[in-house]
Amino acid sequence: MRKSALAVIGAGLLLGACSIQPWVKPYERDRLADPIMSWDRDAISGAYFDHIYESREGSRGATGTAGGGCGCN
Amino acid sequence: MMCIAGAAVLPDDRADLFWSSYKGGGMDITGESVLVRKKFSEKFAVEANYFVDKVSGASVDVLSQASVIKDERKQKTLSVDYIHDKTQYNLSYTNSTERDYISNTTHFSLSQDMFGDLTTVTLGFTDSRNKVGENNGTASKPVISWLGHATSRSYEGGLSQIITKNLIAGATVEVITDQGLLSNPYRSIRYLVDPSINPLGYALGSQVYPNTHTSTAVEARAKYYLPYRAAASVSYRYFSDTWGIRANTIELGYIQPFSNKWIFEGRVRHYSQNSATFYSDLFPFANSQNFEARDQNLAASTNNTIDGKVTWAFAPEGFLIFKRATLSADVSRIQFKYKDFRNIRDFNVTPADGGYRPGAEPLYAFDAMVYQVYISMFF
Repeated sequence: MRKSALAVIGAGLLLGACSIQPWVKPYERDRLADPIMSWDRDAISGAYFDHIYESREGSRGATGTAGGGCGCN
Repeated sequence: MMCIAGAAVLPDDRADLFWSSYKGGGMDITGESVLVRKKFSEKFAVEANYFVDKVSGASVDVLSQASVIKDERKQKTLSVDYIHDKTQYNLSYTNSTERDYISNTTHFSLSQDMFGDLTTVTLGFTDSRNKVGENNGTASKPVISWLGHATSRSYEGGLSQIITKNLIAGATVEVITDQGLLSNPYRSIRYLVDPSINPLGYALGSQVYPNTHTSTAVEARAKYYLPYRAAASVSYRYFSDTWGIRANTIELGYIQPFSNKWIFEGRVRHYSQNSATFYSDLFPFANSQNFEARDQNLAASTNNTIDGKVTWAFAPEGFLIFKRATLSADVSRIQFKYKDFRNIRDFNVTPADGGYRPGAEPLYAFDAMVYQVYISMFF
């Protein structure tokens, strides 16, 4: 019973997802397209800061950049 | 790299010339970089980046046992983007070479726009193979011993979502697994010894790390377009790993353009972490546990960044083949403070001569200044 209820809810969600209408229309996205809304306007600078932090902290990841080197010294 | 949610479009062609300087904690690093990005059609783009880091000096724990280091890191990246319908594919290869460390990284990701282009889902995979060595010579006459290898694999999932016509939000999860030689060969543990063996009361020994490591990082972020032309952003990242480190990062940003010539940006970042389970500033005796580390990266610490940046469009309407050209200057100050890592460099005087007892030295702290200047030309 529980499985079939979950299946119905899951199918409903999938069908609902197919019929989602964009609530922000393409012609309303001019502000979001402004370069000041970019997550990472300058790739070299962003990657350089990530390297600085990664070389001096115990944590890493989920920043969206890939790099190399040990930062050993 | 995560893009703004919307129909898949390749970014503008650009060329960047970049210079940077990092000074702090006994280290002096200058960096130079060049990046060129070119679309060959609306569906296909290539990016090439070359970065050189020149390091002189050495961090405090290295200096406590070694002479000043000079080294150079050269990093080359080639990246290809391809768009098919609403899917963007990215493949990149990075080679990073230092005298005593060679790293080869391959990255693949795909991004899919969906739900009327309000949502972008990204999946990524990175494979990194590293060769780890140690310089047993001097800065000018290096003698490199290759100690072993380390491999790293990263699995990343991301979501970028348009919430309103002024608000965009995103989340990223990344799991990274490492295997092999994971310790820094230039850093040592220290442990208590009888003053008859060493008048300082401690001795230095080799670090012993586990040869596996898995970490998970989750970041959530949002950016809001203010009623006037400006934007405010916030992000939070939680990190945990199998070495017992838990870390929190929070960042706030603000960006304010004036006319079409100037953009001013400010950013503050706060970071904190606890120490790894096998970290200690001072072990009670040699080989007191299976794994032993005294790498300052694994110590409990906090750091705070304040960052200001100005971008000047010196050719806002373009010149020659360029549509627009800008000059950017960025100044940041990062304050690092350690809660269980002590400064043994400046206080290398025996307790008998009035120096500190082992474990009673001041906690280590330092400030770093980071300067960046770069020219970006869009064409």
